[in-house]
Amino acid sequence: MNSNKYLLKFDWVTLLLYMGLVTIGLINIYSTRHNPEINMFSLRHAFGKQLFFAGISLMLILFLQFSSVKIFERFSSVAYLGIVGLLLGLFLFGTEVSGARSWYSLGGFSFQPAEFAKVVTALAITKHISEINTDLKKLKHRRTALILILLPVVLILPQPDPGSALVFLSFFLVLHAEGMPSFYLWSFFGLVFLFVLTLLLGVKVITYGLMAVALIFMVVFLNKRRRKVLMPALAVIFIGIGFAQSVNYIFENVFEQRHRDRFNIVLGKEVDTQGIGYNINQSQIAIGSGRFTGKGFLEGTQTKGDFVPEQQTDYIFTTIGEEWGFLGSFIVIVLFVSLLHRVLHHAGRQKNDFSRIYCYAVVVLILTHFAVNLGMVLGLVPTIGIPLPYVSYGGSHLLAFSLLIGIYLRLDANRINEW
Amino acid sequence: MRKSLFYLLLYSIAIVFTLRLFYLQVVSTNYEDLSLQNSVLKEYIYPERGLIYDREGRLLVGNQAAYDVMVIPRRVRTHDTLGFCELLKIDKDHYLSQLNKARNYSTRIPSVFVAQVSKQDYAKLQEKMWKFPGFYIQKRSIRKYNTQSAANVLGYISEVNNADIRQDSYYQSGELIGRQGIEKTYEKKLRGQKGVRYLQRDKFNRIMGPYKDGSLDTLPDPAKDIHLTIDIALQEYGESLLKNKRGGIVAIEPETGEILVNVSVPNYDPDFLVGRERSEHFRMLKNDTINRPLFDRGLQGQYPPGSPFKLLNALVALQEKAVSPRTGYTCNAGHFYGRSQFMKCHCELGSFNRLNSGIYNSCNTYFSNIYRKTIDSYETSQQGMDAWSEHIKSFGLGNYLGYDHPTGQKGFIPDAAYYNYWYPNQRWRGATSVSNAIGQGEVLTTPIQLANMTAAIANRGSYITPHFIKEISKDTIDVTFRERKHTSIDLIHFEPVIEGMSNVVKWGTARNARIPGIEVCGKTGTVENFTKIDGVRTQLTDHSMFVAFAPREKPKIAVMVFVENGYWGSRWAAPIASLVIEKHLTGTVRRTYLEKRMLEGSLLEEYAKPISGEPFEINE
Repeated sequence: MNSNKYLLKFDWVTLLLYMGLVTIGLINIYSTRHNPEINMFSLRHAFGKQLFFAGISLMLILFLQFSSVKIFERFSSVAYLGIVGLLLGLFLFGTEVSGARSWYSLGGFSFQPAEFAKVVTALAITKHISEINTDLKKLKHRRTALILILLPVVLILPQPDPGSALVFLSFFLVLHAEGMPSFYLWSFFGLVFLFVLTLLLGVKVITYGLMAVALIFMVVFLNKRRRKVLMPALAVIFIGIGFAQSVNYIFENVFEQRHRDRFNIVLGKEVDTQGIGYNINQSQIAIGSGRFTGKGFLEGTQTKGDFVPEQQTDYIFTTIGEEWGFLGSFIVIVLFVSLLHRVLHHAGRQKNDFSRIYCYAVVVLILTHFAVNLGMVLGLVPTIGIPLPYVSYGGSHLLAFSLLIGIYLRLDANRINEW
Repeated sequence: MRKSLFYLLLYSIAIVFTLRLFYLQVVSTNYEDLSLQNSVLKEYIYPERGLIYDREGRLLVGNQAAYDVMVIPRRVRTHDTLGFCELLKIDKDHYLSQLNKARNYSTRIPSVFVAQVSKQDYAKLQEKMWKFPGFYIQKRSIRKYNTQSAANVLGYISEVNNADIRQDSYYQSGELIGRQGIEKTYEKKLRGQKGVRYLQRDKFNRIMGPYKDGSLDTLPDPAKDIHLTIDIALQEYGESLLKNKRGGIVAIEPETGEILVNVSVPNYDPDFLVGRERSEHFRMLKNDTINRPLFDRGLQGQYPPGSPFKLLNALVALQEKAVSPRTGYTCNAGHFYGRSQFMKCHCELGSFNRLNSGIYNSCNTYFSNIYRKTIDSYETSQQGMDAWSEHIKSFGLGNYLGYDHPTGQKGFIPDAAYYNYWYPNQRWRGATSVSNAIGQGEVLTTPIQLANMTAAIANRGSYITPHFIKEISKDTIDVTFRERKHTSIDLIHFEPVIEGMSNVVKWGTARNARIPGIEVCGKTGTVENFTKIDGVRTQLTDHSMFVAFAPREKPKIAVMVFVENGYWGSRWAAPIASLVIEKHLTGTVRRTYLEKRMLEGSLLEEYAKPISGEPFEINE
């Protein structure tokens, strides 16, 4: 390998974007956990730990750049089996932290396999799709992909960690991009849309509305020759009506009360700033009070007063919003968009399928975290606890997502050296 | 095509988030307030309220510590509850309900557990507080009075209400404000300026430390102490003289306009409105509509001035050259001033009075005649009436005097417009309003206005607006209390009238006001008054009134005394006035027989008559 060429081809910009996000995370974790009476750099405290993991992560990325390209493809199956084993092991050896059995405790550190499962599953999916004889138009291959995705979901859900489990569903976007029939994606979006709409407007309105649509279809298409379209359309509509009827049942019986509350808060059906709506209310106050330029580093009164629960992890963005204002928040959004845009763009220039599909998996993972986390903090989607990539506090998370980006960097730098 | 779905998702999500952020952080403004509300605590540092002294430097109003037992429910541990209740003199039910109340409010923030524990209990409690975790004692400052008098002058303080807060953003709920009297007038001096500390607090409302390192904090501005013109010894003496009567005494130092005494009886002990039962006590005072202890008779009571008003009519007649001091009239125990209108007088048939004897005999006929001559000396009655009205008003009557006390009344001095209104054909003459000649009829004055009028006569035509403030520490008092105001009467006209006033005491209607060695000039008044009983206008026993100043040359005190329904001016008002003058000028009272009679005299039977529901006799 020509090392000069390698340096030229290495995606420095992405690395810088990554380091920018990690640095922003460190600054705001420092501010959130700031306490003049303790040594912030001690490994016993959040900031010290995060700094330590940031160092390890950087070394990991460096280390990955010297590894063979093939190794990721080759070991993805083994890694997948390993992670499934680790997830299973949680049921026996896991440590329970705030109600969820998601961690292995190792000395002073705890290790969350679900974070690594995301990366490993990305690799496994990529491997499966990129195999030469895989055709997602075939049901059999789709089924394999489905199992790869749903196995970790099934293992993670009962921890319980619904947030992480939800993330895996986003891999369907990768399948879609690689040729899975559009029908799946649109029916998924359609059902989500119908679900929310039914909660918002009530079953009756939706039922009558859909019936009216069906009637219009019949009138429009009956006289024409395109009668062929009519029957499937009507079928879809009636499935929709049936689904709408079941929404209430799902909502009332499958969901737990806290999930129902979270939906109702976002849909504006319930207002409760002290109880179930406390988090979302406080995080909006913190962000809103930052105004245009923010209150300044270590000056956030909401942050200092510890008003926002889980502020260093899932709600880290509230510190950014309060102390750095609209400007700082916007910069974070720009960094994410730049990173994702860049990886997406580079997907196109990859010469082999594995690298290209892996790029999509990276984008899908980071984008889902970004969208769900910010959506939650800004009060746009129901509370789902997942971290903001690279910014939130959490060693396993940072390490796993550094691995994710590190592998991308290695694959991308190899794009010419194909064989 | 399928790949662009990623771009679509990425950019639509980014745009939605940016818009949402823009809305939260830039468009909507209320999050900033909400944030300050829940994370920054404004703590005020109050300067100790200013002290109030009398003119001799005797402390009247100070501050005392009150002790509240506070509780932080979270920190309460099991302890000897019964022993604690015994110390606090409460029962166990009360203990539990108080603790519950505090717990419902907050388990982390202190609440008042028992308010204002007495000093004795505090001493006992303090030693044993360590046994009761979660409880502590907090010191508060409340008013302490060194006198039981002058409540009407001093006024009181109370917690601010919503209207106060709306009016002046300085105040916060729970703070104290001067509500009445001197406490109100000099509120800004007495309260000082509170300092403020901004503190960062956490989600449990616990204080974490200064906000922005205290850069926004301000220091309190200490309150100012004030000295009043009141002589508290004389005030207390005056109040004791009026015991079991209703009335008032207003005394002014003519040269300076300083109010020496402002007595209003029935009164109350200022200490009555301090402490735990304040609101209960205030309600009691407010609801006492018979004695009206909150009503300052000296400043707010509007009465017909009666005979003392004759002095002004004499001065006006002389100034308008309607009469000379030599002019005289015959009185036949009264006289006809119209075709069939007769005004009674207590003079004997065929008496002849000039100015001097007109004053000391208080002859209605004489003053009726000179009043009519004054009004009718002009071309029209209107001009005469207005000229008269202007002269009277130059003595500070008919409008607020402008003293530094929040209560008061204008009184009433009619003018031509007033009579034109009642007699639209304008066919009215001096005779129409002849009652004004003897201080009855339309004229209304307050006691302090009459005291000021007396001071103006004592000064031979000028006065300084009466005031209660003598000195403010490290500050100056209002300049209007230094400016001399002039009446519209020339200097030369005063001596004849003062001669008459001197004779009132020497051999006129107020001989019992004589003080050996001091020349007192005065004028009695016996004022007819009416009330409504069951809607029927009913005459009550006359008010006893007396105005006086002494000594005649270089007067040191001008005093106005009135005793409601006391009948003759000489029966109550004149002796009381002379006792006050004697006490002020000589420091002691030698006429103990007179003093004893005044101290022990009671008019309670008289006051019981109109509310008894039975028919009654007046002027007994």
